[in-house]
Amino acid sequence: MHPAKSVIFFTTSSGAGYGLLIWFALFGLLNRMPLDRDFALVVLGVSFTLVTAGLLSSTAHLGHPERAWRALSQWKTSWLSREGVAAILAYIPMFAYGYIWFVGIEDRNAVAVVAGASIVLSLVTVYCTAMIYASLKTIRAWHNGYTVAGYLVFSLMTGAVLLTFFAHLRQFDMRDEVSAAALLTLGVGLIVKQSYWRFLQTASSPSDIGTATGLGGPGKTTLLEGPHTESNYLMDEMGFRIARKHADKLRVYASLLGFVLPIALIVAAVFLGGWTEVLCALFAVAFCAVGILLERWLFFAEARHVVTLYYGAACA
Amino acid sequence: MTSLPKTTDKKLGLVIDLDICVGCHACAVNCKEWNTSGHSAPLTDKDPYGGDPAGVWFNRIHTFEVREESGAGRTVHFPKSCLHCEDAPCVTVCPTGASYKREEDGIVLVNADTCIGCKLCSWACPYGAREYDESVGVMKKCTLCIDKIYNETLRPESRVPACVSTCPAGARHFGDLGDPDSEVSKLSAARGGYALMPEQDCKPVNRYLPPRPRKKEAADIGASSHLQSKDGDLEGAGLLARLVDRVLSR
Repeated sequence: MHPAKSVIFFTTSSGAGYGLLIWFALFGLLNRMPLDRDFALVVLGVSFTLVTAGLLSSTAHLGHPERAWRALSQWKTSWLSREGVAAILAYIPMFAYGYIWFVGIEDRNAVAVVAGASIVLSLVTVYCTAMIYASLKTIRAWHNGYTVAGYLVFSLMTGAVLLTFFAHLRQFDMRDEVSAAALLTLGVGLIVKQSYWRFLQTASSPSDIGTATGLGGPGKTTLLEGPHTESNYLMDEMGFRIARKHADKLRVYASLLGFVLPIALIVAAVFLGGWTEVLCALFAVAFCAVGILLERWLFFAEARHVVTLYYGAACA
Repeated sequence: MTSLPKTTDKKLGLVIDLDICVGCHACAVNCKEWNTSGHSAPLTDKDPYGGDPAGVWFNRIHTFEVREESGAGRTVHFPKSCLHCEDAPCVTVCPTGASYKREEDGIVLVNADTCIGCKLCSWACPYGAREYDESVGVMKKCTLCIDKIYNETLRPESRVPACVSTCPAGARHFGDLGDPDSEVSKLSAARGGYALMPEQDCKPVNRYLPPRPRKKEAADIGASSHLQSKDGDLEGAGLLARLVDRVLSR
């Protein structure tokens, strides 16, 4: 599948934004959030910015972005519609949380409700985003359990890494706990990703050229001539292929940058002090960001659509 | 609404005969021409006379080579357009309701006024039936010539999809595949018409008729295996020929 920059940015940015909000709310619920208004507003502001930038990016790749509001109507059947509705709803507790911190409301019940709603709606939104891809039977690489697991874990992971940076920046007490959350999600994320890549080696669609044409299976039937000499929308959108040797290399880079280096840097940040601590946490965020963009790029690039069976592929 | 109708009154679709199709692409061209006006018009061509042309087509003809048991290759031309599936995934994934299936005849259409061009429907379709039209920013697909089949200004014989009326080999048929007594249903049943990628669970309505086994031996068409007269030689030969034969045989 053609890796569209707008969609890669959308899923990673909004995923990180929701993840950050989830951890912020969780630490708030557990009463581990320092009573620092500026810190809270900055974190909520970053969460809001990441989510909004992501959502705007996703509407930018539409043919008619001015009609995007219509996408909220089909939540009964469409995961894309459900994701839009959930994203809009998730803004409510997000703004409420900002209001609570801005005004200085200390009612524990109010905080609990808003924090709980933030966590639930953020998780629901990320889940709906993942289901957009996971529900497509046409793409074996997405139509499996790893897609939802991955999206949820990477959202929590990138959010935790961000909150770790902010906690180390301000040298708050809870930075060790936040770092632990980041390390946990980084570890789980690495395992999920590696398992998924191993799954991809053997996963193939139940569809092949035999079922696509009814003329005979791989080896018996081959494409002799495509329908046109030039490319077309289907091939541009769904015919993207990446060579195995390139994909292998990129997987290594994604693993290192997105998971291994951030783990090492956060561990270092926990044991160091002063400006080296902050620098390590900052680089953890930077490497993780590049790594997760690479991971998402591969998620698209390594996905094959069954329509390619009509354009020369024997299996998909 | 992008919920699928529970049932449709008719299941209009096409039956495509892979045994007869000669790969002339007339159906693709006529479809393109018909759709320069009407429901989905116009079908965009980008840089049509330049070095890198691209365009929207509803009907594309692929050509496959099938290796038979004897080792010989057989060329099969494979026209493919929207199969107007009963469980069309392109309908349910649409977030705006622009993609819909008609209850009266099962035709799957795109409402170009509400389509936002998110392309998710084309990702959901296993058959590549839906294409994005860059210049108008919406998705387009085979309409089963909805603006032709119900068009009362045309003669009744013309009220079939453009691709069906133009096929010079008679390889395309149109009708109600939900009615077991319709011509297309009977044709499909007689020839063993099959659906494409049934494992994708789309329940496509269109049917493809498989190529018939080739008649390679003379006996398959009732001919004798080589040219030979019944009594050996000279049966029915002229007088001069007999004379020459007698002279030369001495």
